[in-house]
Amino acid sequence: MIETKGLRKSFRSRQGRSKKAVDAVRGVDLVVAQGEIFGFLGPNGAGKTTTLRMLATLIEPDGGEANLAGADLRTNPGEVRRRIGYVAQGGSTWDESTAREELVLHARMYGIGKAEARQRAERALEAFQLTEYADRKCKTYSGGQRRRVDIALGIIHDPKIVFLDEPTTGLDPQSRAHMWDEIRRLRAEGMTVFITTHYLDEADALCDRIAIMDHGEIVAEGTPAELKREISGDVVLVTVEGSAQDAAKVLETEPYVTRLETSDESGLRLYVNDGARDMPQILRALDTAGFALSSIELHRPSLDDVFLTKTGRSLRES
Amino acid sequence: MKFARDTWLIFQRQFLLLVRQPVWLFVGIFQPVMYLLLFAPLLKPALQASSNAEAYRIFVPGLLVLLAIFGGLFQGFGLIAELRAGVIERSRVTPVSRLALLLGRSLRDVVSLIAQAIIITLLALAFGLTVFIGDLLLAYLLLALIALMTSALSYGIALVVKSEDALAPLMNTIAQPVLLLSGILLPLSFAPGWLQGIADWNPFSWAVDGARALFAGDLGNDAVWQGLSVMAVITTLAVTWAAREFARSVR
Repeated sequence: MIETKGLRKSFRSRQGRSKKAVDAVRGVDLVVAQGEIFGFLGPNGAGKTTTLRMLATLIEPDGGEANLAGADLRTNPGEVRRRIGYVAQGGSTWDESTAREELVLHARMYGIGKAEARQRAERALEAFQLTEYADRKCKTYSGGQRRRVDIALGIIHDPKIVFLDEPTTGLDPQSRAHMWDEIRRLRAEGMTVFITTHYLDEADALCDRIAIMDHGEIVAEGTPAELKREISGDVVLVTVEGSAQDAAKVLETEPYVTRLETSDESGLRLYVNDGARDMPQILRALDTAGFALSSIELHRPSLDDVFLTKTGRSLRES
Repeated sequence: MKFARDTWLIFQRQFLLLVRQPVWLFVGIFQPVMYLLLFAPLLKPALQASSNAEAYRIFVPGLLVLLAIFGGLFQGFGLIAELRAGVIERSRVTPVSRLALLLGRSLRDVVSLIAQAIIITLLALAFGLTVFIGDLLLAYLLLALIALMTSALSYGIALVVKSEDALAPLMNTIAQPVLLLSGILLPLSFAPGWLQGIADWNPFSWAVDGARALFAGDLGNDAVWQGLSVMAVITTLAVTWAAREFARSVR
């Protein structure tokens, strides 16, 4: 659905007297399949928004190619515009207009006729639970309501792909969860959703696949589970009643345990590939050898661990 | 066809938002009325005009050109607010015509200027101005061209500078010499030769001369077609440039 090759962009920035070219995006290769939620994860300034703006025809790439829903970005941006929707980070509604007016106008900007535009606006208002506020001015809306209008605007023309730039930034936890549901609903309708985020939990919970971006480059790509597995597998923490040394002897020989440490008198750290699959086997092995457990815990590596491994620093710090 | 439809779409939207804020009408009428009431009475003796009607015939066209210039030049502020709200970016991801994004807005400004001009003309008529309807309509055409040009320029500059803090002094700097060198408040026929020489290079002084000839009922005067042509050429350039700014990347 989306395919990019070597997408590049640099900006001239002024530093004192000298002008300097800053490479915001340095060669992005991506393939996004139809009907998936694809996430762009990275710290602020990593080049996520610049990439998105290039794909949405808002800025021209310095180099590289992209194909969106069958339309070529360089040679046919007009067709790309018809096939995609874009929701900017900072919002897109005018204070003095109502949601209904904005939706009708936006639909009509895509060349949709008046009657059809009104119907679409009505449907969008219902789908995003905005009917109640539809004829109030946008300046009276809450942050969450305004965000929902933004997204309704972005998909009013039934695009094949929708780009959402940091769709949940600045929302309270409840609105955020609500927004996740909305985004999943778009996927259920067959849309390909491309989001940027700097929230780890969001990328993890919402996205089918993610690309981690840092300093204008993609440093890792895959499903959240794949990426995390790539790091180190899972860690199972076991505390036994009795000697950890003795329990270690039992588990050392199990084939799925890649590494084993005793942490104190009764605690064990087991490194395994897939904790969910291996935990029952651990329990069985210990049970057979006559050990009673006081606790067992599964630790999965987070996306932050992935980011740390790939870039040498934590996403939370950058 | 698509272009005309898009322009109409943007125009409608902008016009609706304008009508919803009736303050502009009050502000837009109040100032010129003050000029008519408080400044015009000085003119008859100052211009050594034989009657009030003659003084108004010189002053009113100048006042209308002044309104067209200033009304247009300060439209950019609204656009900066729209940029900030994300409305422009939202429009730019749609296939809507870029020229329509500009023209729909500028035509709204032209319409509101002409509405202002009509009200002022009616007031001036009540004070004793006389003018032929045909000449008046041609003068309005000239005003429409000026408003279209200055508002397009203002939008284009707003898209380049993107900040009110830069736009305000810039517009004032443009407006002041234009105003002084156009003979708007007093005819430049009073000016010393060197000043007239400089004023010849100010396109708006051509417009003011044309408007005055029309208000004087002197349709055959060269100033009329010269004023209209000069304005038409510069307006075309301004609109072309500003539409290209709308099409270019805006960050």
